[in-house]
Amino acid sequence: MDITEFDHHTPIEGTTLFDGKMAMKGYQLNKMCFTFNGAAARADFLGDPEGYMTRFKLNEAQKQACRDKDVLAMIREGGNIYYLAKLAGVYKMNMQDIGAQQTGMTVDEFKEKLVRQGD
Amino acid sequence: MAKIIGGLTTSHIPAVGNAIANKLFDEPYWKPFFDGYPPLRDWLDIHKPDVAINIYNDHGLGFFLNQMPTFAIGAAHEYINEDEGWGIPVLPPFPGDAPLSWHIIESMVEDEFDITSCQELPVDHGFTVPMQLFWPGLGDHPNFPRAIPISANTVQHPIPTLKRALDFGKALGRAIRSYPEDIKVVVLGTGGMSHQLDGERAGFINKEFDQMCMEKIVTDPESLTKISRRELVEKAGAQGTEFLMWMMMRGALSEKVKPLHTNYHIPISNTGAGTMLLECID
Repeated sequence: MDITEFDHHTPIEGTTLFDGKMAMKGYQLNKMCFTFNGAAARADFLGDPEGYMTRFKLNEAQKQACRDKDVLAMIREGGNIYYLAKLAGVYKMNMQDIGAQQTGMTVDEFKEKLVRQGD
Repeated sequence: MAKIIGGLTTSHIPAVGNAIANKLFDEPYWKPFFDGYPPLRDWLDIHKPDVAINIYNDHGLGFFLNQMPTFAIGAAHEYINEDEGWGIPVLPPFPGDAPLSWHIIESMVEDEFDITSCQELPVDHGFTVPMQLFWPGLGDHPNFPRAIPISANTVQHPIPTLKRALDFGKALGRAIRSYPEDIKVVVLGTGGMSHQLDGERAGFINKEFDQMCMEKIVTDPESLTKISRRELVEKAGAQGTEFLMWMMMRGALSEKVKPLHTNYHIPISNTGAGTMLLECID
């Protein structure tokens, strides 16, 4: 049986469980992002993003998500947030920038939402 | 014989590493967080543990998805920190305790926990931030302990169950207490508390759930093993699963513990930040 036919997990709203299915789907994307631990790799990527993505065998949907810096699309294509955070780092985006983008808020609105949950 | 004197918990958010590097301790945003640590440091200064078992989860520095151990134990004389890609300064190496590591590994496998041993393991913010918080100055701190990293997988499901995490801690406790050297050991449970970085639910924090966990981990950790992994993701957020490290820490401590200090603050970065000091009762 193909692993994609098999779902071990019931859904949680607004949450993609990074399981075997997603780990297989996003392997190349995550593998590329893992290299961004290194400064030389970050510079290589910024010098030629298309060449770098091709070298890591990203598919077209993964490439487009990276071109658009679209985190939700990257997650749909199998990206894992811990590795994607390293791609975000290449673009000097932090967790509030990413959070705002994914929730359709401004960064200030997103920060306000975080603070409010402490009330 | 080795003695476990207590457990410390803390969140290990990368932004804390930057705040330490930039000495932001008294900024209004950071003060309620950093104010949670002096009582723990005072306790450490009194008791001077020789070794810190640092239970954390790697976030894509030490391990990649090509080979993902569920439980990994450092077995090296030292552990290096490396560039993680987003600008936290790289710290000097952390001295290990390889003889104790191998004793733990032998004992854990004898106890039927089939762990992965690591003679090289670059440690990320999950390990380094707690060391900085508890022993400011690291190697320059007069009582800086040797450290052994233990990493559990929370990157990729299936992650361990809460029961398995607690049981792992119990086996770890037995391993440490059977070590013939007269050393004092603290166990760090790092990560959490509730947070979610990814998806439309990014920014989710659950104060009520965190506070329940902080209460039950003292009085009745067994009750927390009834929480399923799906429920943990739902209630603590996708990355709040790091609470597993707290369960591993708790398992290693004595059955009854004395909670000497607790601090909880929302938010640090996207996270509910929790700090605890649990002293073992002989």
